[in-house]
Amino acid sequence: MPAVSKGDGMRGLAVFISDIRNCKSKEAEIKRINKELANIRSKFKGDKALDGYSKKKYVCKLLFIFLLGHDIDFGHMEAVNLLSSNKYTEKQIGYLFISVLVNSNSELIRLINNAIKNDLSSRNPTFMCLALHCIANVGSREMAEAFASEIPRILVAGDTMDSVKQSAALCLLRLYKTSPDLVLMGEWTSRVVHLLNDQHMGVVTAAISLITCLSQKNPDEFKTCVSLAVSRLSRIVSSASTDLQDYTYYFVPAPWLSCKLLRLLQCYPPPEDGAVKGRLVECLETILNKAQEPPKSKKVQHSNAKNAILFEAISLIIHYDSEPNLLVRACNQLGQFLQHRETNLRYLALESMCTLASSEFSHEAVKTHIETVINALKTERDVSVRQRAADLLYAMCDRSNAKQIVAEMLSYLETADYSIREEMVLKVAILAEKYAVDYSWYVDTILNLIRIAGDYVSEEVWYRVIQIVINRDDVQGYAAKTVFEALQAPACHENMVKVGGYILGEFGNLIAGDPRSSPLVQFNLLHSKFHLCSVPTRALLLSAYIKFINLFPETKSTIQEVLRSDSQIRNSDVELQQRAVEYLKLSSIASTDVLATVLEEMPPFPERESSILAKLKKKKGPGAVSVSELEEGKREGGELNGGSDRGADTAAMAASNASTPSPQADLLGLRSTAPVGSAAPSAGSLLVDVFSEAGPATPSAAVNDDGFLSSAPPSEDPAPPLSEADELLNKFVCKNNGVLFENQLLQIGIKSEYRQNLGRMYLFYGNKTSVQFASFTTTVSCPGDLQSHILYMQEHFVEPLVEGGAQVQQVLNIECLTDFCDAPLLNIKFRYGGALQNLTLKLPVTINKFFQPTEMASHDFFQRWKQLSQPQQEAQKIFKANHSMDTEVLKAKLLGLGTALLDNVDPNPENYVCAGVIQTKNQQVGCLLRLEPNAQAQVLSHTHTHTHTHTHTNLYSCL
Amino acid sequence: MMRFLLLFSRQGRLRLQKWFTPTPEREKKKIIRDMTTMVLARKPRSCNFLHWRDLKIVYKRYASLYFCLALEDQDNELLALEILHRYVELLDKYFGNVCELDIIFNFEKAYFILDEFLMGGEIQETSKQIVNRSIEASDMLQEDDNSDWYEVELFG
Repeated sequence: MPAVSKGDGMRGLAVFISDIRNCKSKEAEIKRINKELANIRSKFKGDKALDGYSKKKYVCKLLFIFLLGHDIDFGHMEAVNLLSSNKYTEKQIGYLFISVLVNSNSELIRLINNAIKNDLSSRNPTFMCLALHCIANVGSREMAEAFASEIPRILVAGDTMDSVKQSAALCLLRLYKTSPDLVLMGEWTSRVVHLLNDQHMGVVTAAISLITCLSQKNPDEFKTCVSLAVSRLSRIVSSASTDLQDYTYYFVPAPWLSCKLLRLLQCYPPPEDGAVKGRLVECLETILNKAQEPPKSKKVQHSNAKNAILFEAISLIIHYDSEPNLLVRACNQLGQFLQHRETNLRYLALESMCTLASSEFSHEAVKTHIETVINALKTERDVSVRQRAADLLYAMCDRSNAKQIVAEMLSYLETADYSIREEMVLKVAILAEKYAVDYSWYVDTILNLIRIAGDYVSEEVWYRVIQIVINRDDVQGYAAKTVFEALQAPACHENMVKVGGYILGEFGNLIAGDPRSSPLVQFNLLHSKFHLCSVPTRALLLSAYIKFINLFPETKSTIQEVLRSDSQIRNSDVELQQRAVEYLKLSSIASTDVLATVLEEMPPFPERESSILAKLKKKKGPGAVSVSELEEGKREGGELNGGSDRGADTAAMAASNASTPSPQADLLGLRSTAPVGSAAPSAGSLLVDVFSEAGPATPSAAVNDDGFLSSAPPSEDPAPPLSEADELLNKFVCKNNGVLFENQLLQIGIKSEYRQNLGRMYLFYGNKTSVQFASFTTTVSCPGDLQSHILYMQEHFVEPLVEGGAQVQQVLNIECLTDFCDAPLLNIKFRYGGALQNLTLKLPVTINKFFQPTEMASHDFFQRWKQLSQPQQEAQKIFKANHSMDTEVLKAKLLGLGTALLDNVDPNPENYVCAGVIQTKNQQVGCLLRLEPNAQAQVLSHTHTHTHTHTHTNLYSCL
Repeated sequence: MMRFLLLFSRQGRLRLQKWFTPTPEREKKKIIRDMTTMVLARKPRSCNFLHWRDLKIVYKRYASLYFCLALEDQDNELLALEILHRYVELLDKYFGNVCELDIIFNFEKAYFILDEFLMGGEIQETSKQIVNRSIEASDMLQEDDNSDWYEVELFG
């Protein structure tokens, strides 16, 4: 036990800790802890009131036990007691305990909030800081509700001490992040922005974190911060290292503040004001210049702080992407770092260059470093650095250097770390396809991949090579010849057998002329691998054999012999047995013509997407690749659309087939759902198909349909609602539960219940992938003046991380104020593999949800019907039924609508009569409804009447 | 912002944990396990940065202790290293030649010092002098204040 324990030591605590440390086993430790817990419990329960010191000591022991990883289920009250002590150390321990062990116990939160309130109003800066820390540490919604309005006041008050201001700024930031709706800056905005001018550097450092976050969310309101930030930055950059006293860190003036200022500026486009911009460019140049100066200290702290600013400045330059001169200088600087002796700098330079590679101004400059990067891939000792190098090679790849890069990556693969092989394989496969000029190179590359790293070649990769070979007849002969040769190797990977089997089964005839690869030789070669393969591969080979029978009638008897053997026809595996039996039968019964039809060459694949790219993103998670992918998508996108006639065709066809008349809108809608495929079948798959057909003309296009997925501009604005949102909405008019939306990534389910004018909706967001969704946010908004018609309240917010395969739930309370027509919008944003997904749907809240059914007798009905005969009370519409008019279906639908279906009311039994009251907060609107179906013409004429005017329209839109 | 800070020994014993966002206990345990295994497996002279999920992990070893900080995508790795360094300097100043045992036996002090320096996952005060002064000031605060110990019997 160390002798010193500064401040006020707690001897009992030290003894206890030392006992725990002396425990020889986990069991002994648990025993000692249980003994202590029993002791503390008895002390807390005892008759004798504990003094503050003992209470503090025991609370501290509990905290220690908790931090060791044991559960603590008592002591919270005592800790709360400590909060109201006016001895600093007791209060401090109390707050520490609360901060570490927050309990959602609402009773407790109320008491804690009380103590915090007292401390905040105590005017004792130390106490105020403790209280603010506690709020920031707990950051719960209850606390936000209690203090969100108080803290801005403390932050901007003239008499607040600097240290309290700092705590208040960061505390407010914390609350803003947990409950943005409760933190209303409004009147404080300009005073908060002006904290950037504060004399105290510590205050500026703390405040800028808050301002940056607020600016990201409300750029317009905070845009005055740009010029303030520039002038502050300029003062720091031009100051001598001693000017800023203690804010100089190892001879670097205010590195933290400088970086934060540069980060804040990255929330905005380049300043419009020429003078401000000039000053900023000057700062950036100074920072770049300083990098060339000899270091003022040999300490790593000095170089880290200096380079941190440099990297942040480079990020800003890349963000602006408008100053070619600065971009090239940035690139050169990073080039120097690529060869720096500090591993950290090499790592960061590789990472930063990845983003630089996507700027058109610096792409070429980045490419000049190719040899260094290749060298890094070969010689770096640290696998994470090599991984960055591989990322950068991938990002800098274009048509001019693709062959070199692919070759280097292939050769690296032979010795690559197992942990990154699969990713490397995917990258090679993508680059080979994207930049293939002649497809024989592509085929060679993929077969090489299988040869070198067969175990890491996922299904997506070998499916893809087959798709491409099938869709491109100029490469089929070459592919057949190459796989034939590859299969000659005594030991070849099972994936090679799969590809070989498939390709020879389709195109073996193209090489059958050569006696060295005659049909029988081909068959024997394939069959020699058969017994070494797994069941799925054998099944594939059996299919290849039956194809052989069609291609080469002379092999028929040999193959039938094989199929007939016990090991096939009585195979214990059902799939193999079935194939053997069926193929045997097929080959013996069917005529050559039938056989030729059944076993015809595979038609070209209608392609949905290159699954490889999706796979890579999934694998990679967020990071350099996805970013560069995204940028690349942008760059190539332009080329593709403008470049070839095919591109124009694609756009035109997409437009003509789109469900909405405006091609623009549909494209946008498509973008936001790009990963969908299934949800947007009409427009979506068509567009992608066309792209894949455009493949031959512009080889990059085939991959680009994926690029499309990520090339959606990473805008933070909510996406426009999906074009099919209305359709989705209509599904829910008559029902309350079901799947609202589904694509490859996400499923959204809905359960809702309505009573009178109130509704509650449960939204279930399911992550269908195996990868986490980051920054998952959902926002409900009411477009236009809908706000005055519906009130909604989000009961709780969704956690920002949704794990792969997990489902999260959100509850929405809805109140109908008056009748309405539009549906509220639900916007969902999240990052999947680094790419922002942005999706807007209509929430199925329609006016009929607030129907209360009303039963009434025939004469009541018609009496009221007649009363409501003024023009504005009546509406009539004739429309063609979209669906067949089955009585039961219609009845179910009308009930689903929420009204009461009245039997024996209308003299004509064919007609349907319904009555209900729409419950809104302001009024109740009675509705009578009559449907007069006309079965022959499939027309429903349809009258209804009620007490209020424009509800008609709204109801009709539901019907 | 920073998401969490962990201090653990070469044997993987956790010495300090600070979570800047609310994290369920189970998740904490999983993260701690992931971090210790990942960081301890690194070879010497590797770079100090790692990618983990959507976070950047910056770690550095000081004597027998590993300091491990998780950052969001936007944050600067090099400065994060210096945040760790500054924290070590602060501990060093307070304990005088700080060692692992100081942090074990005075864990609450280690938390208090951290709270003076960082808050809500952001840096609060970068000046070493100011942080030290306020830590000393709180130590100096008289135990026997002007009033006697009293306890509000809130809970009967």
